[in-house]
Amino acid sequence: MLGNLTLAAIPLDNPIEMGAVGFMGIVILVVAGFVTRYKLWGYLWREWVTSVDHKKIGIMYIILALVMLIRGFIDAIMMRTQLAFAYGKHHGYLPPPHYDQIFTAHGVIMIFFMAMPFMIGLMNVAVPLQIGARDVAFPFMNSISFWLTAVGMALVNLSLAIGEFAKTGWLAYPPLSELHFSPGVGVDYYIWALQISGIGTLLTGVNFFVTIVKMRAPGMTMMRMPVFVWTILCTAVLIMAAFPILTGTLALLTLDRYLDFHFFTDDGGGNQMMYVNLIWAWGHPEVYILILPAFGVFSEVVSTYSGKRLFAYTSMVYATLAITGLSFIVWLHHFFTMGSGANVNAFFGITTMIISIPTGVKIFNWLFTMYGGRVRFDVPMLYTVGFMVTFTIGGMTGVMLAVPGIDYVLHNSLFLIAHFHNVIIGGVLFGYLAGFNYWFPKMAGFHLNEKLGKCAFWFWIVGFYVAFMPLYALGLMGATRRMEHYDNVAWAPYMWVAACGAVLIMIGIGCQVAQLVVSIRDREMNRDLTGDPWQGRTLEWATSSPPPFYNFATLPEVNHAEPLWDAKMRGTIERQARDHYEDIHMPRNTGAGFVIAVFSGFFGFAMIWHIWWLVVVGVVGMVLTLVVRTCNDDIDYYVPGEEVASIEKAHFLQLSAAEMEKQHAD
Amino acid sequence: MRDLIRRVARPKRTIMLLPLLLLSGCNWVVLDPQGAIGASEKTLLITSVLLMLLIVVPVIILTLFVAWHYRATNTKAMYRPDFAHSLPIEIVIWLVPCIIILALGIITWDSTHRLDPYRRIAVGTQKPINVEVVSLDWKWLFIYPDLHVASVNEFAMPVGTPVAFNITSDTVMNAFFVPQLGTQIYAMAGMQTRLHLVADHPGRYRGISANFSGDGFSGMTFTAIATDQAGFDAWVQKARQSGATLNGAAMAKLEQPSQDVPVSYFGSVSGDPFGDLVSSFMGKAMSMQDATHLSTPPATNGSSGMAGMNMKD
Repeated sequence: MLGNLTLAAIPLDNPIEMGAVGFMGIVILVVAGFVTRYKLWGYLWREWVTSVDHKKIGIMYIILALVMLIRGFIDAIMMRTQLAFAYGKHHGYLPPPHYDQIFTAHGVIMIFFMAMPFMIGLMNVAVPLQIGARDVAFPFMNSISFWLTAVGMALVNLSLAIGEFAKTGWLAYPPLSELHFSPGVGVDYYIWALQISGIGTLLTGVNFFVTIVKMRAPGMTMMRMPVFVWTILCTAVLIMAAFPILTGTLALLTLDRYLDFHFFTDDGGGNQMMYVNLIWAWGHPEVYILILPAFGVFSEVVSTYSGKRLFAYTSMVYATLAITGLSFIVWLHHFFTMGSGANVNAFFGITTMIISIPTGVKIFNWLFTMYGGRVRFDVPMLYTVGFMVTFTIGGMTGVMLAVPGIDYVLHNSLFLIAHFHNVIIGGVLFGYLAGFNYWFPKMAGFHLNEKLGKCAFWFWIVGFYVAFMPLYALGLMGATRRMEHYDNVAWAPYMWVAACGAVLIMIGIGCQVAQLVVSIRDREMNRDLTGDPWQGRTLEWATSSPPPFYNFATLPEVNHAEPLWDAKMRGTIERQARDHYEDIHMPRNTGAGFVIAVFSGFFGFAMIWHIWWLVVVGVVGMVLTLVVRTCNDDIDYYVPGEEVASIEKAHFLQLSAAEMEKQHAD
Repeated sequence: MRDLIRRVARPKRTIMLLPLLLLSGCNWVVLDPQGAIGASEKTLLITSVLLMLLIVVPVIILTLFVAWHYRATNTKAMYRPDFAHSLPIEIVIWLVPCIIILALGIITWDSTHRLDPYRRIAVGTQKPINVEVVSLDWKWLFIYPDLHVASVNEFAMPVGTPVAFNITSDTVMNAFFVPQLGTQIYAMAGMQTRLHLVADHPGRYRGISANFSGDGFSGMTFTAIATDQAGFDAWVQKARQSGATLNGAAMAKLEQPSQDVPVSYFGSVSGDPFGDLVSSFMGKAMSMQDATHLSTPPATNGSSGMAGMNMKD
């Protein structure tokens, strides 16, 4: 009846895991109790779960990402404390089977369920507004994408309570991930969590590609798009090209594990290096899927807070396109030590280095944007400067690792770990946190607490250096990654310093949580009434904060790369509501995306535990929901012009009140 | 204490001492190579870092300076809100990284060919010593096919004599790595990879698996002993004195997973366990082709490779 699932799947003998499960249970109960107490279930269902509004979906993505940031960080600090104690004869407090799950979960969660949702959340919030659109091209598909990601996330976290997670490292290299060496359900959780959320990501890629290509406001030519939109366009292309490779590769691994195929096994004609090639053919573009949007955020931020146009916009665009193309011809640098020939290794080493050219150009462009500006050091700008310094170092160590002769001695060492955290924390995460602080007033309608935001920044950046510089050193001392204990006692002091760095980062995350709590508490005092808190230059700042559900009452006409700034300069900003507004065509909310995702969750869980009847229920449920949804013609409606007019009137009243107040203050 | 104060008061000297402090002891194994391959990898590392620092240091300093100088509160700084394009600057910012990468690219092409792990190391007319390496759950087996001895988690090599390793796995992927000698390379079942190393100084060097392979991975360490010829002969003698024979039964025993395995020796080797192992994954009918390698000179190894990946009939 329940396939392989028995009571033994619950790790009752592991106090750490049970503690984590208990904690998660308590949090869920408290939230559920709160929602019930204030009778919010209906509100949640109507306004959020069934929403197809890109702004709300974006916010849900970001909430998911922030929660997973905490989950992934707990994994990280467990690893750091383990290694601080596990030297010489000591073996620490985490035995290998548990430790191996932790580093696997850390990688999977941070990439797939922290970075990806954070990035997709930001693009959901900002892209339609920046191109002057009312929503994305396929709002219902956007809802499906989010809920599939949420289901993938739920499966990963469920593995903590029922069964186990993969013990293979975040890319699950075979043959270790094959049934013979990983007979448990860990790899199956990995496969199905990534397959389900991966479909969601692929749909997002398609959605935003179409949105950007087809739905720009009249007059917004490609070369008038904000650089963030450019980077999202490139990311969408990369997602569409790369994620099918991930899906296909994992499908082959699934055939190996479930149906005794031999794609990647040791024997029977399998070839493990085929998997390694394929997974990196996705995995390296994935790195750029993550970093390009961060570059986009920095471009917006540096220009806004310097009070200047972005330096060399055209260079920036071509640099982004160059990176997009090059990202597909470098994958082999992840395994120079496979034993391929010198020509092959040299080719991939050199293509990798070439990527640093457009990247370097970007750094110079940001630098020259600040040059001659009036730089305001709000939180997003702090992250940007922190990024430029930190990422330059990470880029240098990256090029070092791109030289095969150097990689031969540093491959898979803690030096590598330090390098990619250097670019992922110092680049990707700083970018997303900058974007979060930058667009937060737009999403929420009120400001984030500045002081706590700055505290968080300083703890993050100092914590990063304290945590990861020792890892560079350890890599040069021959310390390899994924070791659970080590015999060289001389490494221990470096591990202690690294653990201290993790504690600093923990304080930084604590500041961010406090920042959110304090800002929500004080929201009435910190309303963003103008919709343009940072002297913005692009269209998202031309509407109210938060924007009305239809974004723009009349679609903006664009004849400049910085339409809002241009309008400000020429004094053509609308100051009062029009007498007449057209009816606005909007999509209806639907629960279908949520229902499909729930069935996909049943399907995934059933596949993991071989509960075949539930697999059938999952598939039938997904297909039926989709069919029913397809047969539904009542999927859109018109907002009457009068309703738009009253919303706009209220907005302009608020705006003039805010301006009066500002004049008084001056 | 006073000494400390004096040092702090004279920062120059302290700074000069700092690198010495960091490099003391032989902990920085990658920067303290004991063989020609490792030594040229260290040189390569330092050269490339210096080359990149040419651009990295100015960028970091400029970033901090520009950000600070053009801070909003500094009203003395010029304000040029429309300065968004400059052809000369753009030419320079594309050109400078291009030049650095061109230089680095040339170094890479050359060094990658020079340091190709498959490339034989020429030291006079000396013939290399052949060592076959097998990664197992979770230990290393070293077989000397010409000397007919084998050992677990320890191998010896005469100083100054090149060693030709043939590497495979009897389990999941591992990576064979002696940091102080240089280059690591994957060990993969059903395939064989090759590696040539040489030790220039006697010593006992720590070896590890550098690719995660499961529960016993952390304890999968071994020792590489570099010694003079007499010491090497003595090591081989010691191994010979072990009564154990590496045969099918012994291999079956080794294949059982075990952790933190102590060093042991096999006084004799029956047949060709390495070749048998490689071909066992591919089926005996497979052809006798070499592993993934495409472009470098033919293998130096006498045993000319057993079964492999290229399935030419």
